[in-house]
Amino acid sequence: MTPDRASRVKSKAGNTPAIGQLTLARFREFYREPEAVFWVFIFPILLAAGLGIAFRNRPAEASRIAIVSGATNAPVVDSLKKASGIVVETLDDTAAATALRTGKVALVVVPKADGGVEYRFDEARPESRTARMVVDRVVQRAGGQKDPVPVAETKLSERGSRYNDFVVPGLLGMNLMGSGIWGIGFAIVDARKKKLLKRLISTPMSRAEYLASFLFFRLALLVIEVATLIGFGALVFGVPLRGSVLQLVTICVLSSLAFGGLGLLVASRARTVEGASGLMNLVMVPMWVFSGVFFSSGNFPQAAQPFIQALPLTAVNDALRANMLQGASWGMVSHELALIAGWLVVCFTLALRLFRWR
Amino acid sequence: MPASPPPAALAVRGLRKAYGDVVAIQALDLEVYSGECFGLLGPNGAGKTTTIEICEGLLAPDAGTVEVLGKQWSRDGKALRSRLGIALQETQLSEKLTVEESVRLFRSFYPSGRTVDEVIGLVQLDEKRTARVGTLSGGQKQRLAVACALVGDPDLLFLDEPTTGLDPQSRRQLWDIIDNFRNEGGTTVLTTHYMDEAERLCDRVAIVDHGKVISLGTPRALIASLGAGHVIEFGVAGSPDVDEPTLLALAGVKSARRAGGSWALQVTAAHETIPALLGALASRGLPLTELRTHSPTLEDVFVTLTGRSLRDDA
Repeated sequence: MTPDRASRVKSKAGNTPAIGQLTLARFREFYREPEAVFWVFIFPILLAAGLGIAFRNRPAEASRIAIVSGATNAPVVDSLKKASGIVVETLDDTAAATALRTGKVALVVVPKADGGVEYRFDEARPESRTARMVVDRVVQRAGGQKDPVPVAETKLSERGSRYNDFVVPGLLGMNLMGSGIWGIGFAIVDARKKKLLKRLISTPMSRAEYLASFLFFRLALLVIEVATLIGFGALVFGVPLRGSVLQLVTICVLSSLAFGGLGLLVASRARTVEGASGLMNLVMVPMWVFSGVFFSSGNFPQAAQPFIQALPLTAVNDALRANMLQGASWGMVSHELALIAGWLVVCFTLALRLFRWR
Repeated sequence: MPASPPPAALAVRGLRKAYGDVVAIQALDLEVYSGECFGLLGPNGAGKTTTIEICEGLLAPDAGTVEVLGKQWSRDGKALRSRLGIALQETQLSEKLTVEESVRLFRSFYPSGRTVDEVIGLVQLDEKRTARVGTLSGGQKQRLAVACALVGDPDLLFLDEPTTGLDPQSRRQLWDIIDNFRNEGGTTVLTTHYMDEAERLCDRVAIVDHGKVISLGTPRALIASLGAGHVIEFGVAGSPDVDEPTLLALAGVKSARRAGGSWALQVTAAHETIPALLGALASRGLPLTELRTHSPTLEDVFVTLTGRSLRDDA
């Protein structure tokens, strides 16, 4: 009846492996979306630059104080005016009170006729407490006080202990988390909503290859992300890279896979981008706050530490800092690596079990 | 030589599927022969999509058996997938990819099949091969969806409402593609709620309503089963209106139905009934506002079987 069909040889020519085509599709979907490129590559650098400028190491600030005019205690006034680290303004009583209240000065010094001085300041303001100590020291020395214990000072500003050194690994960890969860989560939920997932599983496509294409895409992008952020930190702020490169690569790859697994898990059932978005915030916001991105997670109370230490981003940030800032041995980061690997296994297993293809 | 019955490309027996309390399909049987174009015709919500998705192995039935190309989903799922071509209702392919990239992606899923160039040519998208999917018109998107279904060189093609929402030219282009596939010996199962599409494309149709096949046969046989040579549609102004017994008493009238503001009469011969109808209306002083006749269609078959119209907007 239809000999031409039965006799036709099906062509195997011109075919390329599905995993390659799927991974290519991930790249095309990414770089043809300029906004995504901005959030993944440009935004972390802008953030690092902003924080770097805000928290750059500055020389110790001078204490600004006011001396109430009409002073009778000349030696004290003179020594304060000469002292380094103190900026003195002479104001009348009312003006001095206003300056103190509006924060223009940290301390008001009122010299007394009997040779004593009165300090007026708000004890709740740290700069006022500092000013009081600095001023009092000058005043007492002018009055003849001698230091009974000799003191020597060494001033430090070492690479690896500044705020920039702290924040760059934190931003790297945050970036690995964000692009893993957003990059994978949104793409999958979008494909599910558009019924593209259903269309794909109606072909002989391997489901494992489809999910793997997201991981390959993430790993390839990882190289660029890590290189830009670390390169920026090293060139602009001189953030050190003391650990082994192999260890750094291991930490980044393992973290990226773990966050990718978390992204898959978050996206495994959600049908709408809005629903997935809420879930992603639920997962990510606690880690932004607790996992020591911008400030040490040690600031939180002891009772919260077991929870904080179990978060994947805490482990990632700790491991990155240990590698970059301390040049840690493998033994020093083994605990963190084990924790990240644990998250990876749990997230993938759950995601594959829960995943909804329709 | 007596013709043996052609082998079945698709055999469905005793199919049943419910979503909670809503029964989508009840006791549905189908047999699609190899090499034919088979249409599932019915209104929205009749259970067409549920039926076709069970046949495609995307949904599991509550009861019943499905045999596709002689195989079952539970045993030979993976092998079956590479012999089927599927276009779902309302799939959106990735908007960022080009036409060529999309087809190449789908081609990569199949162990063997047509070349990307060949398929793009088949659906006449050569000029659009480097265009992003997001920039295509509805008709072009639908042709791309069919291209992705054809690229594995399937033996059996499932199309769920392939032309819904398309302009007439795009519909005709898709019909040509489906015709070509059939002429090469491929088997097609499609769903539609357009009776003209079913009449134009399908060797046989099953009319589905409320999850059951209510009629099955070639479009010609189904229409012939009405026994009507023509359908007369007319409207009158003023009241009181004409009544059904009056119309049924006219020469050659087989059935009379009120649809909206007008009447539809199935008659054996229009030239016998129309003079009688005009006479009856004139004697009641009712002016005619419209009068049309057409050959009976599958739409009339559906209306006769269910008392309802096939399309929501008809």
